[in-house]
Amino acid sequence: MNIIPIKPARRASIAWPAEGLTRVPYALFQDEDVYADEQQAIFRGPNWSYLCLEAELPNPGDFRSTFVGDAPVVVTRDADGELYAFENRCAHRGAMVCLEDQGNAKDFSCVYHAWTYNLQGDLVGVAFKDGINGKGGMKPDFCLGDHGLRKLRVASLHGLVFGSFSDDVPPLDEYLGDAIVERIARVLEGRTPVVLGRFTQMLPNNWKLYFENVKDSYHASILHLFFTTFQLNRLSQRGGIIVDEGGGHHVSYSAVDHSATAKQQKPANDYAEQKIRSESEHHLEDTSVLAGIDEFDDGVTLQILSVFPGFVLQQIQNAIAVRQILPRGARQTELNWTYLGFDDDTPELREMRLRQANLVGPAGYVSMEDGCVGGFVQRGIDAASDANSVLEMGGDSAESSASRVTEASIRGFWKAYRNAMGY
Amino acid sequence: MAQDVQQLIARAQAQYVRCIDDGDLAEWPDFFTPACVYKITTADNYRRGLPGAMIYAASRGMLVDRVASLRDANIYERHSYRHVLGQPFVLSDDGNEARSETSFMVARIMRDGSTDLFATGRYCDVYVRHADAVDEVKLRERIVVCDSSRIDTLLALPL
Repeated sequence: MNIIPIKPARRASIAWPAEGLTRVPYALFQDEDVYADEQQAIFRGPNWSYLCLEAELPNPGDFRSTFVGDAPVVVTRDADGELYAFENRCAHRGAMVCLEDQGNAKDFSCVYHAWTYNLQGDLVGVAFKDGINGKGGMKPDFCLGDHGLRKLRVASLHGLVFGSFSDDVPPLDEYLGDAIVERIARVLEGRTPVVLGRFTQMLPNNWKLYFENVKDSYHASILHLFFTTFQLNRLSQRGGIIVDEGGGHHVSYSAVDHSATAKQQKPANDYAEQKIRSESEHHLEDTSVLAGIDEFDDGVTLQILSVFPGFVLQQIQNAIAVRQILPRGARQTELNWTYLGFDDDTPELREMRLRQANLVGPAGYVSMEDGCVGGFVQRGIDAASDANSVLEMGGDSAESSASRVTEASIRGFWKAYRNAMGY
Repeated sequence: MAQDVQQLIARAQAQYVRCIDDGDLAEWPDFFTPACVYKITTADNYRRGLPGAMIYAASRGMLVDRVASLRDANIYERHSYRHVLGQPFVLSDDGNEARSETSFMVARIMRDGSTDLFATGRYCDVYVRHADAVDEVKLRERIVVCDSSRIDTLLALPL
């Protein structure tokens, strides 16, 4: 029998503006049908979603609960040492089989009717399968092997674990491309991360508004005055952006240009001329919040890396974190922060990471604005579902650039998005 | 400290929340000793012994900086808090310093009037008697342990 795969029709019909990547319809941030289509085409489609860290599952039987889009997912390490992931939904009547965030288990038994699954998600037992005293029970042709949990493909790279519901997704390193893999390796290769803390921020906006913000190297030193004032991230610093070929992944980085800063105070003037708030008289009572070391021996003080559709690896000085972006309906996003150190941190370096963590997270000196600015857009466009945003900074392409005064990586996101959604 | 330590702590905390909710935030660092620790974390991190925090100040200077940044650097929509505290529970008191825990609920009132329960949790405190004023206690350590791991939108004003 030939099986012809049927692609479900899209619920929403979006006509992309003729200008292309420099215009984005606001309806994409509002429409419930678009949201439902995204779940299917992106989060359950041929993409890799971040699940957890390998270091969070060191031992056989360890598990963690997470999400891929709307789908609840469990990641496990089985006795064979391998990682597995499956949808947290009993094959019988759909109840979640795992009700803990993390732990160690021999198997997962659904509380509803005690259908039991092994750590790989295979069904190994059904309560009263053969009935009682020859009466009742499952149909005689019922086969346990046909009723496992829906499994995800799992791949990990330098300790980051990704999963995909799709069999069509390319291998993870191919999906990411060399430039992105290299920049992940820069931070994580050969190291054992230690979780320093986990925080969740509920953002009052569509998930794409946050992902745009992550990829927006143009806003960083304008919205976040703290950075600007303390010379952490001026656009005139040495830096650039990398956008992968598909557009969905990006890296923005900057390094202290010692030769330039020694010569002159020109950067401050650049900002004054643009009437951007940059109060250079601002000073800190206790500068230890900014004390750090050149951990990677390359002078790069900031590297923000994103992977389509919802992963961020952040290095801001020695504040290292992964962020998982989870859509929670068209108008809400869950942002999960995991702050990292490494097992070979000296006590001094560990303390620096903890102090620098003041820069990031829900209360971060250079990140709290990102928590509210998406909501400003979401509310601002409430009566503008037929209008578009304008993304012309740095031209109309979605390519890597030595300048960070560009929206190229945001356009890259929309390139990947349109491709995934068929818009 | 004398037997009225619970009263001293209760009074200090009443002043503390009045400062944040209705007073001048610039005075907030004065509730702490110069060498102090102030942290905001979650019950989950606290239970697991994870040291990371949403806000971590290791000196009064860092608290002053936090206030300055909120005032001059950070962008957020205008809002205020209303703290409601439980009775302090004194865990230990060696006459010099006292450890106590106090539960709190904080409502956040936004610019447009919407009022939501923003955070619940407990303060895990170390109070010391003020060197010059025997009837005054200062915080040498305050770990704010939020019950939930979720923060809505952002955390700007201190708890």
